[in-house]
Amino acid sequence: MSLLHFAVLLPFLYTIFVPLFFKKLPRIHTGWFVIVIPLLLFVYFLTNFPVQTDSPPIVHSVPWIASAGIHFSLHLDGLALLFALIITGIGTLVVLYSIYYMSMKREALHNFYVYLLLFMGAMLGIVLSDNLMVMYVFWEATSVSSFLLIAYWYQRKKSRYGAQKAMLITVFGGFAMLLGALMIGTAAGTFSIREIIGMRETLADHALFLPAMLLILLGAFTKSAQFPFHIWLPDAMEAPTPISAFLHSATMVKAGVYLVARFTPVFGGDMNWFWIIAIVGTLTLFWGAFMAIRQTDLKALLAYSTISQLGLIMSLLGIGSLALNPDFAAEADWFEAAILAAIFHLFNHSIFKGCLFMVVGILDHETGTRDIRKLGGLMSLMPVSFTLTVIGGLSMAGLPPFSGFLSKEMFFAGVLAANTHTEQWTLWLPIAAWVASIFTFAYCLILVFKTFTGTYHPDRLDKKPHEAPIGMLIPPIVLALIVVSAFFFPNLLSYNLFEPAIHSVLPGLRLPGETFYVKIKAWHGLNTELYMTIGIVVVGTLLYRTYKKWGDVYNLLPHKYTLGSLYDNGLAGAEKLSARITSTYMNGFLHSYLSYIFVFIILLVGGSFVLLDAFGYDLSTNAEIGLYEYILAGAIAVLAGFVISVTSRLTAIIAVGAVGYLVSLLFVIFRAPDLALTQLVVETITTALFLLAFYFLPKLKTEVTRIRVKISNLLISVGIGALFTLIGIAAQGSNQFKPVSEYFQNAYELSGAKNMVNAILVDFRAFDTMLESVVLFTAGIGVYTLIKLRKSRKGGQQ
Amino acid sequence: MEILMTIVAGTLFTSGVYLILSKTLLRIIMGLSLFTHGVHIMLMSINGLKRGAAPLLEEQAASYTDPVPQALILTSIVISFSLTAFSLVLAYRTYKEHGTDDVERLRGQDHE
Amino acid sequence: MKFPDVILQTAAKILVFIIMIYSIYILFAGHNNPGGGFIGGLITASAIMLLYLAFDVETVGEIIPLDFKIIGAVGVMLALLTGFGAVLFGVPFLTQVYQYVNLPLLGKTGLGTAFVFDLGVYLAVVGTTVTIIRSISEDL
Repeated sequence: MSLLHFAVLLPFLYTIFVPLFFKKLPRIHTGWFVIVIPLLLFVYFLTNFPVQTDSPPIVHSVPWIASAGIHFSLHLDGLALLFALIITGIGTLVVLYSIYYMSMKREALHNFYVYLLLFMGAMLGIVLSDNLMVMYVFWEATSVSSFLLIAYWYQRKKSRYGAQKAMLITVFGGFAMLLGALMIGTAAGTFSIREIIGMRETLADHALFLPAMLLILLGAFTKSAQFPFHIWLPDAMEAPTPISAFLHSATMVKAGVYLVARFTPVFGGDMNWFWIIAIVGTLTLFWGAFMAIRQTDLKALLAYSTISQLGLIMSLLGIGSLALNPDFAAEADWFEAAILAAIFHLFNHSIFKGCLFMVVGILDHETGTRDIRKLGGLMSLMPVSFTLTVIGGLSMAGLPPFSGFLSKEMFFAGVLAANTHTEQWTLWLPIAAWVASIFTFAYCLILVFKTFTGTYHPDRLDKKPHEAPIGMLIPPIVLALIVVSAFFFPNLLSYNLFEPAIHSVLPGLRLPGETFYVKIKAWHGLNTELYMTIGIVVVGTLLYRTYKKWGDVYNLLPHKYTLGSLYDNGLAGAEKLSARITSTYMNGFLHSYLSYIFVFIILLVGGSFVLLDAFGYDLSTNAEIGLYEYILAGAIAVLAGFVISVTSRLTAIIAVGAVGYLVSLLFVIFRAPDLALTQLVVETITTALFLLAFYFLPKLKTEVTRIRVKISNLLISVGIGALFTLIGIAAQGSNQFKPVSEYFQNAYELSGAKNMVNAILVDFRAFDTMLESVVLFTAGIGVYTLIKLRKSRKGGQQ
Repeated sequence: MEILMTIVAGTLFTSGVYLILSKTLLRIIMGLSLFTHGVHIMLMSINGLKRGAAPLLEEQAASYTDPVPQALILTSIVISFSLTAFSLVLAYRTYKEHGTDDVERLRGQDHE
Repeated sequence: MKFPDVILQTAAKILVFIIMIYSIYILFAGHNNPGGGFIGGLITASAIMLLYLAFDVETVGEIIPLDFKIIGAVGVMLALLTGFGAVLFGVPFLTQVYQYVNLPLLGKTGLGTAFVFDLGVYLAVVGTTVTIIRSISEDL
């Protein structure tokens, strides 16, 4: 265990104490106790900053399931550090924000912070894991904790719906990713990501290469809400706003981006990888931006904008992956720039989107609504929030002097490069990017101006709006400051944070000690990118102005056959179908269930018995049979048959008891005195219990059963009896292993006992005996409860 | 001897399973009881019967019967005793609560 | 439920003691001869069951004023603690040790933690079985 392991496990361990703080110190907001953790981790990760790219990255490993090649191994390279800093940094701000956002009196804060910490730990686990299986575990942990957080207000139907949707879609993707990880692990013979990257040349020809790639991409796309899996993100907005700011803008949805970036060294250079990611990413970019405009709920608008921005980052990663393609070695610089743009924009988006979500949370908190139609004219009432929205919104729109401008320009450079250098038909790429950016610009204007300018309608608001408390404003202010300073000093980040990350995404392109060209400039001269931005501003403003005229375009979209309704109908249909299938065999009859089990045993065991030709017998070692033994065997067989037919319960019980006594006589013949004694006493007590318990039960009736059922019962029972007899006979004939029993003949030397059976029970296998007495005791308590509980209930009624 | 005992065990399995498949709770529990006896006899006979003395070192015999299956069966006897006792009381309570010991009529409600 | 049977009651009074003594013999004999905690416990339980059959629940409750649930729990705890005792000495869970001592009357006897364990099993069996019987008979 290294410090890095503790860093990942710390949030998980700390969850134990959170409910204690909540219960024992109710006067202090639980958030103050929780904020220590992300802050501590943030500082810890800062001490590892910046990552040295010329020395091998830090790797720590603890064996977990070593036999399956699964080790809890963690690594900290440039990419992991970037994500870890975003997770813990924004995590700290979000917890601070939540202290003011989440009411101490009304909310179940212990649940909230436990889920939040679980999520944070899981997210750190994803980005730091080197082992694919460990990463998968954390991957699903984020899905689960996200589910819990979205459903935090579980009293609301929409919260539960959104949580379920997010869970189903991301877990579906998670399974796909697991399958892909298993495939790539099988192909490479290891689950370590570092080792898989090391053998990427040999992997490309493997038959599992393409399926593994597709499945891993499926996992990434569902998590990062890429088209057509984006539908869960708008519904996830039912979560409390701090959660939306943290999970659904800055961290969890970035896990898919992380996965793509992490696997770029393995799959990058493959043209399929480029095409799939570029097409899906661009489509998502366009669709998200297009849909964001029609939203009236501010959080839904931000959700669609997040979808769109994630598509942008994805498509950049797709384009950048071409740097690893040997065919484009000459143009590699262009594609490396695309990776830089992706990482830069990822950073920017986390910052400005976190800021915007927090501001929307403030609006919601102070005005009581997030509906654009009700808001307006808040500029003078909430000047700080307005400033923050302008900074965040215009950064998202891609205007100077905000950091979004830089990454947007780099994005255009990337798509243009992809168009000029791939020599394939990729003209659609810059066009789609440009059109999507126009919509992006338009919805940013809506976000800023529809909310804060225009006429103020106090009558539409539930509360009288005023500026938020300072504690709630600090986190978005910090983020906004980063947005501005990242514009003026981008190279500070670029050399220290992004360059090492590019080394992780594109390994092997530079010798140790060499660096990527990562200088980011605000002014490139009058180039195509700048003209594109000017065009966006002009057309975007026009679109915003004329929205009323062209807004009807959305009505042209089909209402009935949307992706959302496809999901809803699919879910309902699947439920109905499974209910129908289940009801055909789960009919509530014990008889049916037991029959399934027995028939299955006959088919499976009997089938393999026949197929493997396992039957054989060897009677030579058989002991001779005495007269008594014939009589005993005959008596047991006759009594066993007798129990079936008898109708008097007393006779049946006595017959069963008689079988037991005869069996204990058999144990005498078998030279098993302990067994004979125990069987004798047990049988006595059991028979007495039978008689006691069934004193009041109705008489055994001749069962009215259809003859068909009777015959099938008979067939099943004869089948089981015959099968086991044959297996028993076959087992006697074969002796595969030397018996271990000779060891126990040393019982006297080993445990001072002369009774071997007893020595086994109390010494050699005492663990079994101990648990056995626990079972016995549990049964006793069960009996006691079954009878006494009803008594006390009746007593309560009197 | 072994083959005879295996056949006896088979008979016990047959009537045990037949009783388990019937409708009355009492019959089902008796079926379980018979089935357990069958398993015990089967375990003993697979190991080989009547070879050597009882597994007591006082016997000073040249060879002893294998003590392992005996220890196994001893455990099994006690477990099946607790199982029988518990299911008997469960059946008894079910009858008191629902007024029937017919498992066909004890069928759960179809949900919704 | 009452079985007002004079013969049964008279016989039970004597038989119970014989069975009890026998059961304790069986418990101690277990290490070297057929017997042990399970059988001993079951025989003790059957002696108490005989009492329940001969007398009614209240009378038996007065004769043996013990809570058998607690006896069962004590037995399981005893078996568990024997195991943890081994852990305290740095050997694997449930490692048993034994020693020969010369006891008055009994002579050279092997005494070991295995016996404590067996005693735990004995108590667990007695406690459980009597709890079961008692619960049922009180309900009838």
